[in-house]
Amino acid sequence: MSDNLIFGAEVFLNGLMAGVLYALVALGFVLIYKASGIFNYAQGVMALFAAATLVGIMKGQVPFSHLINAIFGTDLHYFGWHLPAIAGILLTAAVMVVLAWLVQKFVFRHLVGQEPIILFMATIGLAYFLEGVSDLMWGSEIKKLDVGLPQGASFWLEENTQWLGFGNENFYGFFIDKLDMVATAIAAILVLSLVIFSQYTKQGRAMRAVADDHQAALSVGINLNFIWVMVWSLAGFVALVAGIMWGTKSGVQFSLSLIALKALPVLMLGGFTSIPGAIVGGLIIGVGEKLFEFSVGSLVGGATENWFAYVLALIFLVFRPQGLFGEKIIERV
Amino acid sequence: MNDMSTEGYTTEDGRKIGGTLMEMKNITLSFGGVKAITDISFDIKEGEIRAIIGPNGAGKSSMLNVISGFYIPQQGEVWYKGEKRPQMKPYEVARLGIARTFQNIALFDGMSVLDNVMTGRLNHMTTGLFAQGLWKGKAEAEEVENREKAEKIIDFLEIQAIRKTPVSRLPYGLKKRVELARALAAEPSLLLLDEPMAGMNVEEKEDMSRFILDVNDEFGTTIALIEHDMGVVMDLSDRVVVMDYGKKIGDGTPDEVRNNQAVIDAYLGVSHD
Repeated sequence: MSDNLIFGAEVFLNGLMAGVLYALVALGFVLIYKASGIFNYAQGVMALFAAATLVGIMKGQVPFSHLINAIFGTDLHYFGWHLPAIAGILLTAAVMVVLAWLVQKFVFRHLVGQEPIILFMATIGLAYFLEGVSDLMWGSEIKKLDVGLPQGASFWLEENTQWLGFGNENFYGFFIDKLDMVATAIAAILVLSLVIFSQYTKQGRAMRAVADDHQAALSVGINLNFIWVMVWSLAGFVALVAGIMWGTKSGVQFSLSLIALKALPVLMLGGFTSIPGAIVGGLIIGVGEKLFEFSVGSLVGGATENWFAYVLALIFLVFRPQGLFGEKIIERV
Repeated sequence: MNDMSTEGYTTEDGRKIGGTLMEMKNITLSFGGVKAITDISFDIKEGEIRAIIGPNGAGKSSMLNVISGFYIPQQGEVWYKGEKRPQMKPYEVARLGIARTFQNIALFDGMSVLDNVMTGRLNHMTTGLFAQGLWKGKAEAEEVENREKAEKIIDFLEIQAIRKTPVSRLPYGLKKRVELARALAAEPSLLLLDEPMAGMNVEEKEDMSRFILDVNDEFGTTIALIEHDMGVVMDLSDRVVVMDYGKKIGDGTPDEVRNNQAVIDAYLGVSHD
């Protein structure tokens, strides 16, 4: 087999893996958008906040230690414990539920029935607020996150795929990061459980009802506030998963919150209201940008990954404004 | 028959009506300076079809919204099943067994007819989240039971043919019927219908009237309905409250109300001064 074909295949696989991570972030957006019609700009910052909280909790860092020390003249930094990853993740999930409750109680409960643009503005405010809180709580330095996920190339995969080169001596088997494989598996489980949740459980049915009509939902006995807190908690949980993956990959730092911007083209492709759409959209963007960089990048001076996703989304918008799986826009005349 | 006793009575067609299910005592509701309801009292007895009628803007819908918890009256008490009802949110009222429909249809447009009707059964689902997700044991039995109840109501209202159709594609009259089905699915003790016949043609009105009577007959459901079309209401209901400008101007059987001078004036339009 020729070099180009083999490397192309490898780029394709790695694109798929990167796409899974985009999809994870996009999922959080879709959840909130489906249930409340809010485009949650803060989703990326929530991922940052979740990851920073996880690191802080595992290291036993005292939250707001700078603030406390400055006010009381103390010298607190660490509680002096180290928690195992699983305990840290559970505690962080609990923190995300509390955050969901606070967000609902102090922001969105007061904005019921407002224009979507106002709700969107509120989430922008929330994003900057949460970013500040995150820095204040856990410090703004780049943190290393290690929850014991495997990292580095999978030699097993490399050895077992070498035969695919059919005698080509430049090929040593496919190079794929183990972390990416784990991320794929987790994303698959997450999506499956979310679909089951929204289709087959009482709470899921209530969630879809609330997304559709508030008054009707009330009239069949659904507590709107409860559903919204639940949805924000779910989004917080998805943010935590995305935060763990990205944080493990590239450290917990401010740029983590920018992955939200990468999720935008994914949503335009997949449709804002479709969970499977978020996944497929993520994969298309991931594969597309890697393959494009591989095949065309060198001709135009590289760095196409920065803009490829947006241009692709733009083209999609022209031909299919509702996205691949979005609800069809039918205008009655 | 305009007494406040809790005794039941027997209707002209021989149906037995039970004791008081709900009692509104001196309800007053205002928005800012505008009084929508002024000091109104009436009761709803178990098993009867009770109508609230009046010209446009009489405060009928406001009254229904007070009963269903969407509006909170400034004064007055709501008594339900012999107890004073504390201030409640609409979803809490729904959980007490008071279901309703809306004047401007409020259905879940993205869902099929069956799914819409199933949401009416949300409060009859008690198994845990994980059991539901895995569809195991009690959860499965419960889902099957709820499905059966929903299907029974769908059959009853003759909407089997459209059970899988997304409601957004249905014509107006059928949407109204689906909304009724969803309310019925909750197996309510009290069913509130906000202008069930508004915007319908004669044939659809006849269908809806028949369904309302059948529901009352078959399930024994107590029904309170609002309508401004007097003709339909008089044939349908056992007792009628008449409202005008937020005040109660009549209360009694259709015949009593029809001969009430204040009611005749309100409908024929005598100047208010």
